[in-house]
Amino acid sequence: MPENCGIEQVAILRHRRGTRWMHWINFPLLAIMIWSGLRIYAADSRDPFGFGIGLVGWHWFDFLPDSVNDALGLRRKLAKGLAWHFTFGWLFTLNGLAYAIYSWRTREWRHVFPERRSFGDAAAVIRHDLFIRNKPLPPQGRYNGAQRLSYTLILVLGAVAIVTGFAIYRPSQLNLLTRMLGGYERAKTIHFFVTISFLVFFVVHVLQVVRAGWKNFASMVTGYEVIDRPVPGGLVAEPDLDPDGPVPPGDAVPPPDAVRDGFVGLNAAAAGAAGDDLEVGDV
Amino acid sequence: MSDRRSTPETEAERAARFAAEEAATPTIPVTEYRARSRRSFLTGAAGAAAAFVGFRHLQSRPEIDNIPDLLRKGHEFNESVWTTVSQGRSAPTFDRSASSLIRVNGRHGLRDEIDLDAWSMRVEAPDGALLGTHVLADVTAFEKVEMTVEHKCIEGWSHIVTWGGSRFSDFAAQYEEQLGELPKYVALETPDGAYYVSMDIESMMHPQTLLTYELEGAPLDQLHGAPLRLSTPNKYGIKTLKRIGVIRFTNERPADYWGERGYDWYAGL
Repeated sequence: MPENCGIEQVAILRHRRGTRWMHWINFPLLAIMIWSGLRIYAADSRDPFGFGIGLVGWHWFDFLPDSVNDALGLRRKLAKGLAWHFTFGWLFTLNGLAYAIYSWRTREWRHVFPERRSFGDAAAVIRHDLFIRNKPLPPQGRYNGAQRLSYTLILVLGAVAIVTGFAIYRPSQLNLLTRMLGGYERAKTIHFFVTISFLVFFVVHVLQVVRAGWKNFASMVTGYEVIDRPVPGGLVAEPDLDPDGPVPPGDAVPPPDAVRDGFVGLNAAAAGAAGDDLEVGDV
Repeated sequence: MSDRRSTPETEAERAARFAAEEAATPTIPVTEYRARSRRSFLTGAAGAAAAFVGFRHLQSRPEIDNIPDLLRKGHEFNESVWTTVSQGRSAPTFDRSASSLIRVNGRHGLRDEIDLDAWSMRVEAPDGALLGTHVLADVTAFEKVEMTVEHKCIEGWSHIVTWGGSRFSDFAAQYEEQLGELPKYVALETPDGAYYVSMDIESMMHPQTLLTYELEGAPLDQLHGAPLRLSTPNKYGIKTLKRIGVIRFTNERPADYWGERGYDWYAGL
């Protein structure tokens, strides 16, 4: 690459093998849990968590209106819903436990759990993603602040789903657990709203993955992402390309706007995109 | 690393830390990546296809009692887990003031009103022999137990209700000698045989399993199972048969109305 003197392409590890397997195994398992769970939910003769104004008998919101029930084949499927839910619940639980142990053993959690500044970062990322703000984003590691917060939250919600699930599955045999969660009805409510949160997360997650582009998506399959990085001793562009402030110490540090959702390569700005709003695909 | 320091790291230090993290992240040459990428996508495609085929296969398996055999195995696995882990625990009880009249949800076996004075209940041994015939006074003769518990329907709703009755274990004790070793199961049927349930003997002998003749302090009405029904907070409502006609001790797992219709036979809570 004579025209890109000093830059080499390498594939950098983004997601470990275990993370990838457990992520993709979780997808059909959670899908089955939600699908069978909604079959159970739909069996109650009223939509227990719909909102209505009782006084005038006006029911203005159902989580599962009849049209949705019919479209998804949820009606009159209680027996099968229970059978799927209580069989695959074990696999969902095992996969979650395996990830918890794996994440702890490989110290992967350090990339995922929020840091002190992640909350502020998350606000900046959200403003940016909603086109409210166009300032450079704060520096990030593998995941930005919003990712750290939402991925951690979804892991916690996964644990809550399992714990509340067991509490309403065996409220007599595990009555201590059920009581700790505020009783059967309370645990059921939490379990249901965790499901709704999963659905919301899923929509936002897929949208963000689409926005982040193919290379980001592929890295969850292959584990790696091809990036440009400086060849040691090669020609590295001067750091005065960053117009937004002081250059962080050390010439290996990218200017803030080079570090984006996609976790852009080390010296991306030096590759000639200074000042541009970098996308993952640009690198 | 920064978390242990007393002063928070500066923005620049943080950026440097992230950069160092990335610099320390393993890389592979692009050529190797291409081969690996192809392999990964092929594996992924194969996995997705396998998951889809597996899902369809599971749905089309031959059915045992109206659910695919593997899901039936799932129910049986769960039954063995929970009877091993924590069978015998009791459901929580509530203050009497929290309870109210429960709705009527099932009318199986209650098609016609019955003459309560003419009602009697048969008790049968595993070999089918008649052990005894009882009128209501035979049941009310035992210690009366009132319990306010959360009745849970398999459809998802629950209702706090007060039952009054005699422990099944007290009632069964009179047949201890005739039965010798306790049989493994108890089957119950409505007088017309239209509704029938069965339970493991441990659940039947649980102190919260009552031969119930009162609801909210008043005698049962017809649609709540007069004159005598079963109640237990440790099984879903489908097991709490109304209007008992026959009680049969048996060693073969007996038929169960909803168990035959795709539900978990154990139906424990």
